[in-house]
Order: sequence, then C-alpha cells, then structure tokens
Amino acid sequence: MTRRSFRGLAATFVVLSALAPAAAQDQPPPASAEEVRLLRQEIEALKAQVQALTAQIGALGAPAAVPPPEAAPAPPEFAAPAAAPSQTSNYFNPSIAAIGNFLGVGGSNHTENLPSMSLRESEVSLQAVVDPYARADFFLSFAEEGVEVEEGFASFTTLPGGLLAKVGRMRPAFGKINTLHLHVLPWVDEPLPLVNFLGGDEGWVGTGVSVARMIPLPGDIFSEVTLQAFRGEAEGLFEAPSRGDLAYNGHYRIFSDLTEASNLDVGLSYAQGPNGLTDHSDTRLEGVDATFRWKPLRTATYRSASLRGEYVRSRKELLAETETAGGWFLSGEYQLAKRWFAGARVERADRADDAALQDRGLAAILTFWPSEFSQLRGELRRRTYASGETADEALFQIQFAIGAHGAHPF
Amino acid sequence: MKRLMALLVILFAPAFAGTLPAKVRIVSTLDDFSSIAESIGGDLVEADSLAKGYQDPHFVDAKPSFILKLSRADLLIVAGLELEIGYLPPLIDQSRNARIHPGNPGYLDVSTGCEILQRPTGQVTRAMGDVHPFGNPHYWLDPDNGRIIARSVAAKLSELDPGNRATYEKNLAAFEAKLAEKDREWLAKLAPFTGAEIITFHNSWPNFAKHFRLNVVGNIEPKPGIPPTPSHTLEIINLIKSRNVRAILVEPYFDLKTPKFVAGKTGATALVFYPSVRGTPEIKDYFAIFDVDVEALAKVLGGKNR
Repeated sequence: MTRRSFRGLAATFVVLSALAPAAAQDQPPPASAEEVRLLRQEIEALKAQVQALTAQIGALGAPAAVPPPEAAPAPPEFAAPAAAPSQTSNYFNPSIAAIGNFLGVGGSNHTENLPSMSLRESEVSLQAVVDPYARADFFLSFAEEGVEVEEGFASFTTLPGGLLAKVGRMRPAFGKINTLHLHVLPWVDEPLPLVNFLGGDEGWVGTGVSVARMIPLPGDIFSEVTLQAFRGEAEGLFEAPSRGDLAYNGHYRIFSDLTEASNLDVGLSYAQGPNGLTDHSDTRLEGVDATFRWKPLRTATYRSASLRGEYVRSRKELLAETETAGGWFLSGEYQLAKRWFAGARVERADRADDAALQDRGLAAILTFWPSEFSQLRGELRRRTYASGETADEALFQIQFAIGAHGAHPF
Repeated sequence: MKRLMALLVILFAPAFAGTLPAKVRIVSTLDDFSSIAESIGGDLVEADSLAKGYQDPHFVDAKPSFILKLSRADLLIVAGLELEIGYLPPLIDQSRNARIHPGNPGYLDVSTGCEILQRPTGQVTRAMGDVHPFGNPHYWLDPDNGRIIARSVAAKLSELDPGNRATYEKNLAAFEAKLAEKDREWLAKLAPFTGAEIITFHNSWPNFAKHFRLNVVGNIEPKPGIPPTPSHTLEIINLIKSRNVRAILVEPYFDLKTPKFVAGKTGATALVFYPSVRGTPEIKDYFAIFDVDVEALAKVLGGKNR
C-alpha cells in the first residue's frame, strides 16, 4: 500500500469514526435541509474515494483486510478462539489433562519402604460426552514403569426414575476416601484403614456396574443409594475362584446443608466379596463415614475448615474361623490463608488377617497452593506398626496439573 | 343441578389444579440471571440460584444439595465462558435431568449474543494466571448486555411455555423500558467522570468500565487468581500516585487488607463494589446492582468521601 493511499484510508476512518458517536448521541441539534444536502454530498464523495482506494489496494495485490471499526458488534455466537482450520477435526476430542505427583521421603521405615524420590503417579484424564445419553471418563495412571487404568467408565446420565448408571472400571463407593484419586486427598498418603482393609496403598478399584438412585428426603436433604457389582477380583482384597463369584458394594449417602456456611455428609457402606482362601470364604466390610465442612461463603476463598472420619470393620472368613478387625481415621483441615492449609490426622487399624496386630499413625500436614494448578505439601508422619517398629518420616509432595480445567473435588 | 355442579367443581378442583401448567422452575448459577428471569417471568416462574451474590463465582462448591435443585429444574441459566467449569459439569451429570443438559432446550447460556470483551486472540497459557480462553465472563455488568440477557431469557421462556408468550413479551418490554430509563440516570451520574481511571481487585469490571466510560488502569491481583504480591502492590501504589487514581474497586469476596493498605498510602478510596444481585441485602434485583455501585462510585470520584 502506498503511503498516499494509506493516508486517504486513515482520513476516511477518522471521518467515519467521528460520525459514529455523533449519530449515537441522543439529541443531535436539528440540521437544516441545506446542511443535510451538503453532508450527503460529502458522504457520496467519501464513498467514491473508498471505492477507488479499495480498487487500488486490489490492484496492488495486497489483501483487502480492513480493520473493523472499533465499535463492531459482537458476533452472536462465540467462536472458538483463533482456531486454525486444520483443528476442526479436533472439536470432538475429549478434554485432556495430566497431573504429576512427585513424592520425596526422608526418615526411615522398614515396613512401608517408600523410595527416596519418585514420580509416584502421572495421571492422564480423557473426558467427554459420548452422545445424548452418556459421557465417558478415563483416568490412566502411569507409574514410573507401567500403566494401569485407574478408572475408565461410561456414565448414563439420562436414565428415567432418578437413576444414574456407570459401567466400566471405577473406584467403588465404599466410604468417601476410597472414591477419591490419590492427588485430591487432603494428605500425601492413604490412611491406614484403607491400606489394611481395602487392598493396600491404592485402595479398592473394581470392574463392573454401578447404579445410583437419588432419594430426596423432606427438608431438601439429599440422599442417594448406590448398588454396585464387580468382578470378584481386586488386588489385595478379593479373589474369585470361579467366574460366578462377584463382589458387591452398597452405599447410602445423606448430605444436608446445616447452615449456609456448613454442611454434613454422612455415608454407610457394606461390601462383600470372595477372598479366595476357600471356595466359599468371603470378606465382608462395613463402613461409616462422615464429613463436616465449614466455609463462610463471602470469605470462601480465604477461610474454611473440614473434619472427616471413617470407621471400617472387616470380617474375613479364614480357613477355620472368621477374623473381625476394625480401624478408623479422623482428620481435620483448616485454611489459614488463600493458599495455605494446615491439617492433622489420627489413624488406627487392625490387620485384616489378625486383629491382634494393630498399626497406628499420627500426621501433621501443611499444604501450599501457588495456583489452582499446582500444590506443594509437606507431611510429618509417625507410624507405629504391629511389628513394634516406630517410623518417623517427612514426606514432601509436589503436584502439578496441565490441560483442561477439571471440576474441583467436593 | 347447580348444587351438583358446585359439588363436582369442589371434588375435581384439586385434580384440575394438578393438570394446570405449573410454574416454570428456573435455576440460575448466579442471582443476576434469576433476577432478570423473575422480571420476565413474573408469577409464571420460580427462580432459584446456586451461587450467592457475595460469593466468588469462580469458586462454588459442587454440593449435592445443588443436585437436588437441578433435578427439579425446567430451565438452567448459566453465564458460560467457563465461569462455572469448576463445579457445574458434575452437578449437571448427576442431576438425572436430561432437560438441562447442554444442547437441550432447558439449558440456556446467556453469554450468547452479549458483547464479550478480552477474548484472547494470541496464545493462551496459564502463565497468565487463571485466564478465560473464551473471554471475560463478567459481562452482565454492562446494562446493554443485561438487555440481551433479558431477551434471551424471554425467548427461551416463550419456547418452553408458548402459552404465555404474550406475557413474557410484555414483561420484556417493561424490563427494557425500565432499563433504558435507569441507564440514562446511571450514565448521567457518572458522566462528570468520563475517562476516570480506576483500579479493580480482580479483572471483573471491563464491561462495566466500557459502558460507563471509565478506564481500568490496573488490578490489585498481579494476575487473575493470584493474590497480591509486595512488588506488584508497590507498582500499583506508584501507578495510583502518578496518575491520581481515586477509586480502588473491590469485589465483596476479596480481602480488603491490601486495597486498604494501598488506599492508606495513596489517598485513593478502597470501595467494596458489588458485582451481583444480593451481594449486599440492599441489592434486591438487577437494577439495584447499578443503583448501588454507580451511586457509591460517583461519591468517591466526586471526592465527597475524602
């Protein structure tokens, strides 16, 4: 574009943009017929000039990209930001996110000997709506070596009768903590009752079907019954001698807002499955969980507290007798400032095979969130094992999330 | 015969009442949309909201009690632009209410058609803080967008409840007339301060600033979602001093400590500024947001508070 033609264009815009606000003013001074005629003439002249200049630009081979006037109306539908045409086939790709979970451990522990440093988990999530009837969620957990499907299920969200069904691999609704992924726990580690009764560090993960029905109670209290059936195998918990031996779980949850700022979440769980010691031996689990939360809404991002606990009883049919063992944890968390949380946990659990053996623990936790997408956490932990060993350890965790913004856990 | 008729009416009245079209049950994520929906729907609707007006709309807990509300809704009104991304999707999935799933008639994203500012055009990364890739989601703070939201709601209600279309249209006309009249008042009150420079805590006010011809020159937050840092606060203090900024607007859900500190150092006024209906009990409807905010800001900019 030549300098002259640019100047001409610029002048045109100055005139046009000067006209625009004038037209927008509420009460323009009445114009005489003569003034109107003159203005018309001027506009015609400007139009001709714009046409001539446009033609000139075209002749020069420059793209006729004219910046829109500043007060351009917003497009009616919001367009995806700066999407290249080549990306159109990606529109239906699932939301993808990855979360890294790094753990450093100091002190000594011969019973649970964690490595000094590890990328304990890299969780990749793939989530999208399948069709008008269902959505799908995959959570692939990459250890430093090897991958496993932590969860991978379809949810059928439009069933009649207040039902919600899930099919696939999922964390059974036994208590509250077992349903949570490692990276959203309020601690670095799983509490002892889950470790001792629900199959170890990772808790219980099952493959099967789940149906949940909402049962509203009077007074706007939320309640929900969940019934689940899984393959009779779960690492460290269930083992099925034959295909027909399934594991079952039932959970009843009640949630009520106590005040605007506080609420109570209570659950009862019952699970049963084959333990593989004999052809007919089962392990039965009973659980109670409760969570109390306090968060004044106006200062919600600065101050909050929660208190949670679970009790689990295990009845495991051994060769001759049934071993009944129990365990619990109690944990509190207090938000000190926008990005700082302090917490403590007490835990105690018998061993499922021998209730005479009991493990105990105490932990203090401090968490700092630089942003919503990263988290630094230190945990001082003392665990006294049935063997008599007392291990004092310092655990340090850094978590970092990239990709799609997931929902905040509740 | 008459007596028999009367008896029949009494006997069957409850049955007829049951078949009368019930109110349209609306759940909005924000009180602002509920207020507008009440203006349009009047007695024909029943509106409820999830977030409170004095709560940070980015951080709302996905409480199961909200699932109950959603399960009964005929219409869900959302701000969109990913403002509700942290809590709404799992609530909708668990609502057992196919009507309000995105893409179905009972789901209304009122950002559609509104003027959305600050839509990023270049690359977006989280190094910029908690940015919204679809544009600034606080768009209802421009009365012109309020009018568009009202039109969207009226069109949606007419679609869901065509029998009462005339009422919705009449109420929309009344809403628009009142808004136009009020807007003239608001604009007049702030007209003496055209071009005034202001600081805001969070980047919630670009639409408000544009409508009332104010100029937001800085935020107390160094980046969206990142709390104030000493170095950034110092920069803001210097900025306020060098440009003689008179007002620091703070949403009710942010800590006043830093804004007050800055105000103390500079002579500017830290003013709690309400972005939503029921942010303070005085703000009972959409119009009152501007009644209260405009009045307070005019006072501060006019220097009466000093």
